[in-house]
Amino acid sequence: MASTQIDTEATIAWDDVLASFDPVMGLEVHVELGTNTKMFCGCATEFGAEPNTQVCPVCLGLPGALPVVNETAVESAIRIGLALNCEIAEWCRFARKNYFYPDMPKNFQTSQYDEPIAFNGFLDVELEDGTTYRVDIERAHMEEDTGKSLHVGGSTGRIHGATHSLVDYNRAGIPLIEIVTKPLTGAGERAPEIAKAYVATLRDLLKALDVSDVKMEQGSMRCDVNLSLMPKGSDTFGTRTETKNVNSLRSVERAVRYEMCRHGAILQAGGTILQETRHWHEDTGITTSGRPKSDADDYRYFPEPDLVPVAPSRETVEALRATLPEPPAQRRKRLQGEWGFSDLEMRDVLNAGLVDLIGETVEAGATPAGARKWWSGEIARRANAEGGVSVADYAAERSITPAHVVELEGLVTSGRLNDSMARQAWEGVLDGEGTPTAVADARGLELVQDDGALEAAVDKVIEANADVAQKVRDGKVQAAGALIGQVMKEMKGQADAGKAREIILSKLTS
Amino acid sequence: MAELTRDDVAHLAGLARIDLSDAELDKMVGELGVILESVAVVQQSPIEGVEPMSHPMPLVNVTRPDVVRPSLGAEAALAGAPEADQQRFSVPRILDED
Repeated sequence: MASTQIDTEATIAWDDVLASFDPVMGLEVHVELGTNTKMFCGCATEFGAEPNTQVCPVCLGLPGALPVVNETAVESAIRIGLALNCEIAEWCRFARKNYFYPDMPKNFQTSQYDEPIAFNGFLDVELEDGTTYRVDIERAHMEEDTGKSLHVGGSTGRIHGATHSLVDYNRAGIPLIEIVTKPLTGAGERAPEIAKAYVATLRDLLKALDVSDVKMEQGSMRCDVNLSLMPKGSDTFGTRTETKNVNSLRSVERAVRYEMCRHGAILQAGGTILQETRHWHEDTGITTSGRPKSDADDYRYFPEPDLVPVAPSRETVEALRATLPEPPAQRRKRLQGEWGFSDLEMRDVLNAGLVDLIGETVEAGATPAGARKWWSGEIARRANAEGGVSVADYAAERSITPAHVVELEGLVTSGRLNDSMARQAWEGVLDGEGTPTAVADARGLELVQDDGALEAAVDKVIEANADVAQKVRDGKVQAAGALIGQVMKEMKGQADAGKAREIILSKLTS
Repeated sequence: MAELTRDDVAHLAGLARIDLSDAELDKMVGELGVILESVAVVQQSPIEGVEPMSHPMPLVNVTRPDVVRPSLGAEAALAGAPEADQQRFSVPRILDED
């Protein structure tokens, strides 16, 4: 990829920034709702459809088209607002944000201006060290997404040198909720961590609300980072820049840090910050100048005359409040307690995205430890080898269910399988050979229950290893391990090692 | 109401991406000025104590269920486009912006 014309700007060291300045952050997150249809028309919203196959007169802005609001989108917006501890407007309107750009065929974006559906909320964000930072939410408002442009000519996909642009309007009109924080102050050195933790917490919350698939890599959740510095001790905000399209959690953290170091360099050299949009470059970890804030920001908002106001009754709002899920952070704490997992175990389970799967498996009758063990072992290795698909997706694709884990655990507790046999049975399940019982049957996995056969094997091993047996007789109980290994070999692994040990010790030490 | 200036018109033309010559600008200042003057009559209405209206019909909460309806289809959608390529609308290159 050609990264021409990118001038790397001066930055100062992180510690120098912190020594002289306090950061002020504002985060704007756009979330595409997972509704079946667009915000103002019945066009489908499927990701990856053929270009311009999900468009109609409304979302193409053809004359005479009449938009009508998607009921589910309004409900999702209210639920998001409630989950963010916001007040919900008793009456609000849509507004036209006027600008001329080919990604918006109507020449305006239908948005909300001074009457957002939700406002004045907060989200508590848990940081690595266990402390909590409260992010104040300014507003959450409804709007619509824009089309996608492909710039042709010049270097791939970039505007520089492009001869023309090709536009696909499938995305135009997909419901968006824009969530805007108040200026976040007092974060200091934790600013990058707080920014990342906020976006991660918001993502978990939206996922729990089931309002969006929140896939940052597919653009269904996007973050803009506003940042300014003020001299330490000052409470007058500096000039801010707005870094656009920071589309991964790690990038949110890096972009905040980079902009702090860049602003610091300019201010320390006595310069002034230009209020502008900045572009984030994932590959190089820097931002470059976009366009300055100027006349182009004269959006001439006015109330949208084609749509009537949204006035959710208090009964509706309370009914929607009743549908809110348990907040993810609270749920995690509760489950960790119920399952008896250590902090480390819980973190691994969270990172692997196994919470729901383990929950379902425990519900189906498995022990929490068993559920964790089977879902995070071999299957996780295989899912990872398949290009990093989640265990849940990997299992779902192969119809491997919590019931399989429950059954497998049952085979161990009933004494039919030992641990190593259970692993083999599980591998069979993962190989598509059927249920654990079916695999055990087909592979002949079964602990030998006949004590006579086990006893005979023990006698044979003691005779063949007289010197080791003598050591055990002399009180070196740990030497029995070698004998157990021999017995298991003799039994072709199909014996209960615990029982073999019992018999060996009873013969040699009584 | 403040009088419309030539700069106002140039600014609006810029926002609307309409390229106006000096002669056209002069002409538009006059023409738009007449329109604004005519419309300005409504500003004399006695509106004290009157709530601003957002829609002629006293309606709120007009929504539709979240059910997919047929789209136009790419061919019909692109039928009116001056230029199309790769099943997309082709537009002149966009300068100075990203």
